[in-house]
Amino acid sequence: MITRRLFEALGARAWLIFIGFVALAVLVPVLHLVVPEGQPFHVPTFAVALAGKYLAFALLALALDLAWGYCGILSLGHGAFFALGGYAMGMYLMRQIGSRGVYGDPVLPDFMVFLNYQELPWFWYGFDQFWFAAVMVVLVPGLLALVFGWFAFRSRVTGVYLSIITQALTFALMLAFFRNDMGFGGNNGLTDFKDILGFDIQADTTRSALFAASSIMLGLGVLLVAFVIRSRFGKVLLAVRDAESRARFLGYRVENAKLFAFVLSACMAGVAGALYVPQVGIINPSEFAPARSIEVVIWVAVGGRGTLIGPILGAVLVNGVKSVFTAALPDLWLFVLGGLFVFVTLFLPRGIVGALNLGWLRRDRGSTTRAPTEPPHTDPAKAGDSGTAGRPATVPAAE
Amino acid sequence: MEDHASGSVLYLDGVSVTFDGFKALNALSLVIAPDEMRAIIGPNGAGKTTMMDVITGKTRPDEGDVLFEGHIDLTRRDETDIAMLGIGRKFQKPTVFENHLVRDNLELALKGDRGVFATLAHGLGPDEHERIDGILETIRLADKADDLAANLAHGQKQWLEIGMLLAQDPKLLLVDEPVAGMTDSETVETARLLREIAETRSVVVVEHDVAFVRDLGVKVTVLHEGSVLSEGSLDHVSADQRVIDVYLGR
Repeated sequence: MITRRLFEALGARAWLIFIGFVALAVLVPVLHLVVPEGQPFHVPTFAVALAGKYLAFALLALALDLAWGYCGILSLGHGAFFALGGYAMGMYLMRQIGSRGVYGDPVLPDFMVFLNYQELPWFWYGFDQFWFAAVMVVLVPGLLALVFGWFAFRSRVTGVYLSIITQALTFALMLAFFRNDMGFGGNNGLTDFKDILGFDIQADTTRSALFAASSIMLGLGVLLVAFVIRSRFGKVLLAVRDAESRARFLGYRVENAKLFAFVLSACMAGVAGALYVPQVGIINPSEFAPARSIEVVIWVAVGGRGTLIGPILGAVLVNGVKSVFTAALPDLWLFVLGGLFVFVTLFLPRGIVGALNLGWLRRDRGSTTRAPTEPPHTDPAKAGDSGTAGRPATVPAAE
Repeated sequence: MEDHASGSVLYLDGVSVTFDGFKALNALSLVIAPDEMRAIIGPNGAGKTTMMDVITGKTRPDEGDVLFEGHIDLTRRDETDIAMLGIGRKFQKPTVFENHLVRDNLELALKGDRGVFATLAHGLGPDEHERIDGILETIRLADKADDLAANLAHGQKQWLEIGMLLAQDPKLLLVDEPVAGMTDSETVETARLLREIAETRSVVVVEHDVAFVRDLGVKVTVLHEGSVLSEGSLDHVSADQRVIDVYLGR
């Protein structure tokens, strides 16, 4: 009964995606650990780490999709929430090093000894406990999004202006984290991790477990987003995205709806960051760079915003291409990225998945339903508007 | 002032709004009784839309009283609050949620708790299903219930929006130019719909189309330069020399 209701509340598609990621979480570690090296199906260590990184990015893209694709909040600062989650995890990993650091201090991380810290800053307390770090991974990005969103949405800052201040937010954080006396390792960030939960972070088994964790968290993320968007609240989100002032005149607190979506999205981004850091072995202020956040928008746009699988596909695809190009033709990568964005904006305004959906819809319509008796009313100005990837379609409220 | 307002649904007294020196509303006074339907006419720039904006909280008046049900001061509340008090508004340009099904548009408009967590947990009950189906019949869109609102014809969108207002079940309904761009048969149908709605609530209709206002057969208020020029039956106001001057004189 309960399982049935849960199934219906989330939809078959979300469950299929979830099962897919659970299967992946089992399959890849097995192929990595059990199948011996040299066998055709063996997955090498670097591939496990790379794929795990892609999945963390995919979770970040899914988080942005919830805010942008479903609620129209084009955040150009989601990298900030990702990085904050990453820093929280990084602080835990630093404290796990203990006295094995270069300077051998049992409490202070190496960079603090180097910078003549006498004692641990207060905000590092508690990070020797995994559970505490795990809570902070969600709490810190969530709180920042709550405060930021509360002011922005209450003042009805929307569209380009909102995008610009999210960009300013991540830029300001980058500058702050670059400073040595912030207590987060400055320029170099946090690195040289040894253990996670007592397991060697370099070990094949740990890498496999981290991959599995990323895959399952991504699957859970899909279920969470599916739950939100399939509820009545999800319909409200879409309504806010498409005709904000109409929703307001219907009696909806638009700012609260946006705030909820934005905070949830930031929390998900934080989790993504926490999964990313142990797999790449470093977190530094460059994760806050505005360009990083813009890249996330491109992943979502390429895959298809406002869909469940689109942002995941976009993140994996664009990062896959990036890995190939930065290895083979590093000078060309930024041109490829820019070209990709232009191409998608011009020819696939709804992204890859959006274009596929539209194709299926057309075929269905053609074969099963009769032609409408009246020509559908389409507004060319609005169709063009929804075509620009930067802005969701909006219906002017009045006049 | 509350004495004058008691017994009314909507009470405007001496309301003025100025945009950059232009007086959009100039000491406007208007009283709407319970279950009354009122037509507001007036040339472009007479302040019709600004009046709606003031009542629904989109624009704050510089001075004057705007009271709902005789005692609720609307000038201190925002759009969401005012909508929840029971004032519905239909815009001139049909604004339905194009990416939602016709049915979902009505669901969103249904009276009920609109909080984030309430809507997250909410499932559609059988009584709500019934209510939506009933409204779909009333607005003649039952066979389009599972179409995207974007695929409706212009007139049908207007009806859907009226249906959304029905679902909202407001005490006072403000309707801005409901028949703009409609065919003649659609116009007749819309007049029928509005009269039906007005049986159980107060309705204020802003309209240019005099034939349509005649169809409604209700008391008419003529606005000019932000204040009331004349009030009475359509025949009475069309015989008023000042109204003739404003509409035809120049």
